Amino acid sequence: MDVRSQVSMVFHLDKCIGCHTCSIACKNIWTDRKGTEYMWWNNVETKPGTGYPTMWEDQNKYKGGWQLDEKELDEPDPKKRKLKLKLQKKWGALGNIFANPNLPTLDDYYEPWTYDYENLFTAALSEEQPTARAISLITGKPMEIEAGPNWDDDLGGSPVYAANDPNLEHVTEEEKAQLSEIERVVFFYLPRICNHCLNPACVGACPAGAIYKRGEDGVVLIGQDKCRAWRMCISGCPYKKTYFNWGTGKSEKCILCYPRLESGQPPACFHSCVGRIRYLGLLFYDADKIQEVASASPEDLVEAQRSAILDPNDPEVQAGARKNGITDTMIEAAKNSPVYKFVKVWNLALPLHSEYRTVPMLFYVPPMLPVLAKVNENGKYDSARDFPEGLAPLMSALERNRVPITYLASLFSAGNESIVESVYKKLIAVRVFMRAQRAGDVPDSEVQQALENAGTTAEEVQAIFQLTSLPTYEERFVIPPMAREQAVDETTGVYAHKASAGFGFRKAPARRF
Amino acid sequence: MFVESVLFIAFPYVAVTLAIAVTLFRYFTDRFSYSTQSSQFLEGRALFWGSVPWHYGILIILLAHVVAFLFQDAWAALVADQTTLYSLELIGLSLAIAAMLGLSVLLIRRLRSSRVLVVTSTMDWILLVALLAQVALGIWSALFFRWGSDWFLFTAAPWLESLITFQPDTSFVVSLPWVVKLHMLGGFAIVAIFPFTRLVHVITVPITYLWRPYQVVVWYRRSR
Repeated sequence: MDVRSQVSMVFHLDKCIGCHTCSIACKNIWTDRKGTEYMWWNNVETKPGTGYPTMWEDQNKYKGGWQLDEKELDEPDPKKRKLKLKLQKKWGALGNIFANPNLPTLDDYYEPWTYDYENLFTAALSEEQPTARAISLITGKPMEIEAGPNWDDDLGGSPVYAANDPNLEHVTEEEKAQLSEIERVVFFYLPRICNHCLNPACVGACPAGAIYKRGEDGVVLIGQDKCRAWRMCISGCPYKKTYFNWGTGKSEKCILCYPRLESGQPPACFHSCVGRIRYLGLLFYDADKIQEVASASPEDLVEAQRSAILDPNDPEVQAGARKNGITDTMIEAAKNSPVYKFVKVWNLALPLHSEYRTVPMLFYVPPMLPVLAKVNENGKYDSARDFPEGLAPLMSALERNRVPITYLASLFSAGNESIVESVYKKLIAVRVFMRAQRAGDVPDSEVQQALENAGTTAEEVQAIFQLTSLPTYEERFVIPPMAREQAVDETTGVYAHKASAGFGFRKAPARRF
Repeated sequence: MFVESVLFIAFPYVAVTLAIAVTLFRYFTDRFSYSTQSSQFLEGRALFWGSVPWHYGILIILLAHVVAFLFQDAWAALVADQTTLYSLELIGLSLAIAAMLGLSVLLIRRLRSSRVLVVTSTMDWILLVALLAQVALGIWSALFFRWGSDWFLFTAAPWLESLITFQPDTSFVVSLPWVVKLHMLGGFAIVAIFPFTRLVHVITVPITYLWRPYQVVVWYRRSR
């Protein structure tokens, strides 16, 4: 057992209102520079939809992530299966280095623009109103706007855009019709940042070895001095979360606001989240198991990942953690981690597209989606008449779920529907239970049935409700003290250089001119 | 005589010294600037038709230049056979033409794509023109001064050897046609501008990727 710690995340999709505040917070801090205008390290997309960059989930187009050949799946022991990058073999990386055949180009994202506002003030007097034309932020010339970062937001143009969503592949025609029924059209939001994976494909694809995972907190970073713009990470990441800075000729990606984390603050997108959907905390995992987890059979992927996550209350795990230099304060933080509860204790949060086999460490609580609200003439529910089979179905019975389970399974459980179903059963139990508590109009038998269905207890349901609806700032963000001052001390030895260079410098600060 | 000494003795030494010193200086003081500065993200289609023939063409030809110089005896034995000589020259010429066409595509692409134009520096233009001229001179030599893979053994090779052994002797090259001379000087000119351009990406070719493990984990508190 090789215990490592990872700063992990949970996004509770039921609470996301699609306001894009997270995206703006991130953009204002990190990507408002030349060359990064088109980048959204944090973006929010509408599902069903094609996302950003367009069709990023279509790995036949971009060849992101890892794959197991058919014959590897015949091998029963996942430990003996050999994973390879979907993009290319190692020799292929050198062969394709002069022109990467699977690189998305700017038009797969969108051409960033501003407007010629000045013209509104300086235009000569004329019969027509002056206009502010769109100006490309790349060429500085007038341009036609053909796409934007959220072109299909709120299902804008869904027959054109959302119809191409790769996750709709296994959804039946009937279910598709139900999804887009007029006036009952259904969608939800999917906020995305870098998943800071355990088996990152961007790291695996980088010929220069510039991308690395930090051992202490698992943040995946691109060494800017080592990046040589070989561009393989951009195709390699199946989530398209590494971006090419066309100005500097370097790749960039979400850094999980590590300067903020190191000073005890949550990342900007977490901090600014209006719906408070985001949770951040430590997860301990067994690094010896990464290969096995990433090579699991498709239906086992989620379970395998859960099994690699370790219980921070287990003395054996704690001993392993200490052996690997994880401090006691970090162990305490891991015990209080909201992520650990959502992912492992309650089994409610699921990784996005685990079939890409990167073992992503950002987890999503899938959305319940429309409560079957059916109000009668008096503006009230008449449960006896409208729902003769009982009130529980009112709380989004699984059978009446507006978004097909096949679709959700395609996103969150590599197609394994039973995993998504068990999550929903628990979420429904929470709703039914709390409805009975607050409104008192659900008979006890139905509550018991819902709990039994979900295999949960009243205590667990109350805990889930508490952390979902009423968590404090400290409960949502349990940021461990990173003790970076120790790290600096041990690697650079500040005292060793004290006499010549003062504190912290690797070389003496010299006057150059 | 003086001009020849400057061109065929002083200039090569200056060029190589510049290349080594500035490349190292740039590597240790401004490593961030080491990048291919790829513009494929802004324009991909023309890049494919330019970059692929250019790189494969020029790499193989450069390799042939180097191998022939390093293993002169073996090379001499090889080109002693007429059929081999013809074949080698034909392959070389085709690759050179492919490289030249690729480079022309890249040059035209930079001029025509307004996006790529934005990320093109003055040094990029100088480099492109220098490379194009050098390849053109090479093709010219191959076409009009036949069997260079043979006669270089008695001209360019001993001259380079005399430079390497610090006993410079220009007598091997002074009587060559001016096109051939320009090709030789052009080579050193490119060596001289090498560290001032994006060409430095050549020395960072990521060969270590072939044997490094896929995953890279960096620890701050322990070394492993």
